[in-house]
Amino acid sequence: MKPLLEVSALEVEFDTPDGVVKAVNGLNFSLDEGESLAIVGESGAGKSQLVLAIMGLLAENGRARGQAIFRGADLMQMKPQDLNSVRGKHIAMIFQDPMTSLNPYLTIEQQMTEVVIHHQGLRKDEARAKAVEMLRAVRIPDAEERIRQYPHEYSGGMRQRVMIAMGLLCQPDLLIADEPSTALDVTVQAQITQLVAELSEKTAMSVILITHDLAVVAEVCERIIVMYAGEVVESGSAEDIFYRPQHPYTRGLLESVPRLDRAEDRLHAIPGNPPNLQDLPTGCHFRDRCGEATERCRKPPPLWVAEGGRMSRCVLPMEGGRLAAGESVRADEKSTSATAGEPQE
Amino acid sequence: MSKPVLRVQDLAVTFTSYSGGLLQKKERSIRAVDGISFELSAGETLGIVGESASGKSTLARAILGLIPPNRGRVMWMGENLTALDEEEMRQRRKELQIVFQDPVAALDPRMTAGDIIAEPLWTFYPNMDRVQVDERTRGMMKMVGLLPNQINRYPHEFSGGQCQRIGIARSLVLNPRLVFCDEPVSALDVSIQAQIINLLKDLQKKLGLALVFVAHDLSVVRHISDRVMVMYMGQAMEVSEKRALYRRPLHPYTNALMKSVPIPDPKLAARARRESWLKGDMPSPFNRPKGCVFHDRCPYRIKRCEADVPALRRMESGDWVSCHRAEELDLSIRNDSSDAMG
Repeated sequence: MKPLLEVSALEVEFDTPDGVVKAVNGLNFSLDEGESLAIVGESGAGKSQLVLAIMGLLAENGRARGQAIFRGADLMQMKPQDLNSVRGKHIAMIFQDPMTSLNPYLTIEQQMTEVVIHHQGLRKDEARAKAVEMLRAVRIPDAEERIRQYPHEYSGGMRQRVMIAMGLLCQPDLLIADEPSTALDVTVQAQITQLVAELSEKTAMSVILITHDLAVVAEVCERIIVMYAGEVVESGSAEDIFYRPQHPYTRGLLESVPRLDRAEDRLHAIPGNPPNLQDLPTGCHFRDRCGEATERCRKPPPLWVAEGGRMSRCVLPMEGGRLAAGESVRADEKSTSATAGEPQE
Repeated sequence: MSKPVLRVQDLAVTFTSYSGGLLQKKERSIRAVDGISFELSAGETLGIVGESASGKSTLARAILGLIPPNRGRVMWMGENLTALDEEEMRQRRKELQIVFQDPVAALDPRMTAGDIIAEPLWTFYPNMDRVQVDERTRGMMKMVGLLPNQINRYPHEFSGGQCQRIGIARSLVLNPRLVFCDEPVSALDVSIQAQIINLLKDLQKKLGLALVFVAHDLSVVRHISDRVMVMYMGQAMEVSEKRALYRRPLHPYTNALMKSVPIPDPKLAARARRESWLKGDMPSPFNRPKGCVFHDRCPYRIKRCEADVPALRRMESGDWVSCHRAEELDLSIRNDSSDAMG
């Protein structure tokens, strides 16, 4: 089957007063039709910038290179007006904070119908009927009444459900949700992620879910990409990542989730701080926070691969994996010379 | 247990909102905090958990005298804080400090880390020696896990977790006896949350602080709390000793909160979802349900819950609950993650 979205060699850079900052560094992944993918990492991992780059929504000081082939066309090369017809119609996006994503001066009806009138040329009453139907699908009670209300009359969880309903109006092929439940109560978080999962099952829509909390995606995503400092450090099926995590960073993310089903005396944290992209360690970028780091980690870590897009980028061998072509565990001539120019610590 | 330093008695805060024009002015009120009582000793931590709008932050602010309560007393070391005038209250704030939710927004972006931490010293001890202030500030930075040589950096040069450490250092610089932490980790990456919780736990032990730790997630307060209060619509649903609460919650709402904690394990998460039943949102505070405030979302409700308001009462175990059916319900938590992981 041909993938719905294929991203290759994606790079994102920002010009800042302190020089160029590389937010995403040579990223590759693909997404099949109907598949749900989670992109997981801390602040500064580049997960949001990655999708903003694909959608052509980078801030003004940002630049992106690489390819993002969506249904045969490269989103990165598209003219703004063509991209506009893809956004909203074929790819919908929901953001972290539902309050700032909705216009406080317009009713929910005005904001929802605008999308279908623009993209599908529906009449106003048709658009309204469709909007009500979508609000019902995301379980907004009394949808016909409540569609006339303003965002402030909705609770946080309901606003996020409105955002999802709005995203679904044009029956997109792909829904990108950037931390959709992070700003919400834990009780509502579960409802929102569950809703996204159900909708993707029902409609064969693909989903990309971005989060810093692995627990949130445990049940809803089939495949998971773990990012650190702009690079993928591990990827695999949900089963692989949760039951057979390979990279020390992935294990750290899993252990840092506070659990009620286990008595722990002390909570596990990943030591240190999320990566500062302007001041990354040479070699493995995670090594200054890694409990298993050795001298060898000063060199770029090798890439391990296995079937089904499973990979890990670490000096530790991957269970059931083999070294990717051209990679070697020992510090060979090539990688030594590659780092020779950089200042030694 | 030593004598409590803080006694909150039947504290209530009501907000009034006005709508409509001059001629048809409508007045509506919200009971944000509705008769909360608890005690806290030195070296003890009370976790307060509830959804948004349950009144947890308002409660913290009312105790610190930042919002005037409509009813009730806040007894601090035997003295009623609600009866104090502004200047007297200001002096007590040396002993009662707060750490806020959003660590970046809580810090003035134009002040250095050192100035932020030292500001309470300048406020309360304007004649303090510069060298002494500097020494104390560096000492605080070390204590919360920051490098003293970062003293001249600005908030934007720190990560979220580091900003929260600055906020904690500032709250501790006056040697307070009680610190309120209002959702101190909700805005942080999960991987960093544990650092801050562990830090607060260590500092409390070292300094003998009384701590109130507010969160919306029961899993977050578990490790730091001795007792946990679960709040809903301004009222306490349950106040229990930690071990008891996490083994067998007394109130259906506590049970619901526990079931909504995400589990990083696909099989267990799938099962937890099948068991979870909390649907819908908290009712509008303008339309408080009659009887038990939780009855319309509660699967265990009986006729009585729709009419009678359950009082917060003491169980044999010494824990407190406000549910008519607390004795007959068994909401024990099954802890069988091992067999499902197989």
